[in-house]
Amino acid sequence: MPNTMNQVATLTQVTETPNALAEFLRGLPGVDAVGADQRAASLATRSIKTESKRRAIDLAISMIDLTTLEGADTQGKVKAMCAKARHPDPLNSEVPHVAAVCVYPDLVAIASKELVGSGVAVASVATAFPSGRADLQTKLSDTRFAVSQGATEIDMVIDRGAFLSGDYLKVYSEIVATKSACGDAHLKVILETGELATYDNVRRASWLAMIAGADFIKTSTGKVTPAATLPVTLIMLEAVRDFREQTGRMVGVKAAGGIRTAKDAIKYLVLVNETCGPDWLTPQYFRLGASILLNDLLQQRQKMITGHYSGPDYVTID
Amino acid sequence: MSTGRLEIRKTYKLFIGGEFPRSESGRSYEVTDSKNRFLANAAMGSRKDARDAVRAARTAYEKWSNASAYNRGQILYRIAEMMEGRKEQFVSEVMSSEGCTKPVANKIVTAAIDRWVWYAGWADKFATVAGSTNPVAGPYYNFSTPVPIGVVALVAPAKSSLLGLVSVVAPAIVVGCTAVVIASENRPLPAITLSEALATSDLPGGVINILTGNTGEITPWLASHADVNGLDLAGVTNPALAIELTQSAAGTIKRVLPRPTVEPDWFKDPGLERLNFYAEARTVWHPIGV
Repeated sequence: MPNTMNQVATLTQVTETPNALAEFLRGLPGVDAVGADQRAASLATRSIKTESKRRAIDLAISMIDLTTLEGADTQGKVKAMCAKARHPDPLNSEVPHVAAVCVYPDLVAIASKELVGSGVAVASVATAFPSGRADLQTKLSDTRFAVSQGATEIDMVIDRGAFLSGDYLKVYSEIVATKSACGDAHLKVILETGELATYDNVRRASWLAMIAGADFIKTSTGKVTPAATLPVTLIMLEAVRDFREQTGRMVGVKAAGGIRTAKDAIKYLVLVNETCGPDWLTPQYFRLGASILLNDLLQQRQKMITGHYSGPDYVTID
Repeated sequence: MSTGRLEIRKTYKLFIGGEFPRSESGRSYEVTDSKNRFLANAAMGSRKDARDAVRAARTAYEKWSNASAYNRGQILYRIAEMMEGRKEQFVSEVMSSEGCTKPVANKIVTAAIDRWVWYAGWADKFATVAGSTNPVAGPYYNFSTPVPIGVVALVAPAKSSLLGLVSVVAPAIVVGCTAVVIASENRPLPAITLSEALATSDLPGGVINILTGNTGEITPWLASHADVNGLDLAGVTNPALAIELTQSAAGTIKRVLPRPTVEPDWFKDPGLERLNFYAEARTVWHPIGV
């Protein structure tokens, strides 16, 4: 990792020419793939029990971006999801609310109306989600529309085609343009790691997004398999940690897609704590993009309170 | 050098979701015959194995309960076929587990196989017998049909290790429930062999899950489990445990089939009692003339 003050100054310069940017990104140290897999696997065996588990479950709930991104989404479904976001367990007011709801731009207005005063943020995907295959003007107007409807967080996708063909500057300038279209809204940049082919590319895309001004880097759209995995999240966490060391700026990480059980969610929390430390263990800097995960967290929570296993009949249907 | 063949000592595993995992706890226990001689090691199932089994049963439930009755009947018949092919093994295990003679064991195994066939026959006839067309004061057809109650936990009979086991499992699955079965604690071998027959029949994984181990340890978790809809106490020998389980099941309004004070004669015609227990009536109002 470049880590001298001299190189910090160059971080802004590397974006001046396509070659300099490519040179910088390709000059990042390669990821030890076997090591990353093993590190993630060994942290995943950590046993979290009783009081720690209870706190981990509540923390995970408060980090969820409750998501519905289906062609079949209706206003009614979004309203129901917002109600759940405010009060995940209607029978227990001690359960914290989730961090945000995440919807398509045309449903942002409904969600922000439902969530007034709740403390739950409204996130919207934008920039021709999930493929990102549109011209820049369309992507920017998509973003401006979502913000004008009340979205306070924008989840954009990068142009993976441009990234994979080495046109890093195009990816960079699109992120910069989207960031400025966001105004005050937080920008999460979806790398879609399932399409990036290598861990090295994940590291490069993470740095590219952070240099371009991302507030969050996010693993996946949830529409591609594999979505979030522990090793990929580990590499992204290392990137945000190293980026803070160099620049002083903290960038968040969002793991999205494929996280279905409380056990999985807790593995991610362990990964965050062991890689970046407790600074990142807040909804401000770490998110879990999920939908059915919440029900499993609630069932585990109920089990800890009642002492017996809960079932899907005792949580709301999504 | 010894000329004797190296003996294959058996350590059996559990049957969950169509697979044969070891107990999550890593424990096993010794199974002995009726004269206390070592037979094999069986897995000592734990709370978490029960949890996994319920999850497997719940996952299998949607497909199994929606399969046509005709299809379920065919699969039950196929189970009988697979048992028939392993008849010798069942006979020898029933003999050693129950301490009976070969002719008696033969009779037990034959009856167990026939019981699958008997219940297979009921698959597409039960709804006709248990369902009804109800007279109502209005322009409606009103039908009641039996539908399965969901995931059920069964404590298999303690003494009748094969015929009793089949007699409690077959009715549950033929109506469309999926089952978590606790095998007889002291006589688990026929249940384990049955799971091997089930794995090679056309039964989808998770419809029947068989746990071996300590009944008193595992059953309370199943009785209180909110995702279990019914409980059969056929094999609970301890009256205090039966009361505890019944009370615990009430917390999530489960249906409970009470513990028999004396283990019944499983050779008798089973009747429809257990089929009725595993089904509840669904009533549909259909306007006439539409």
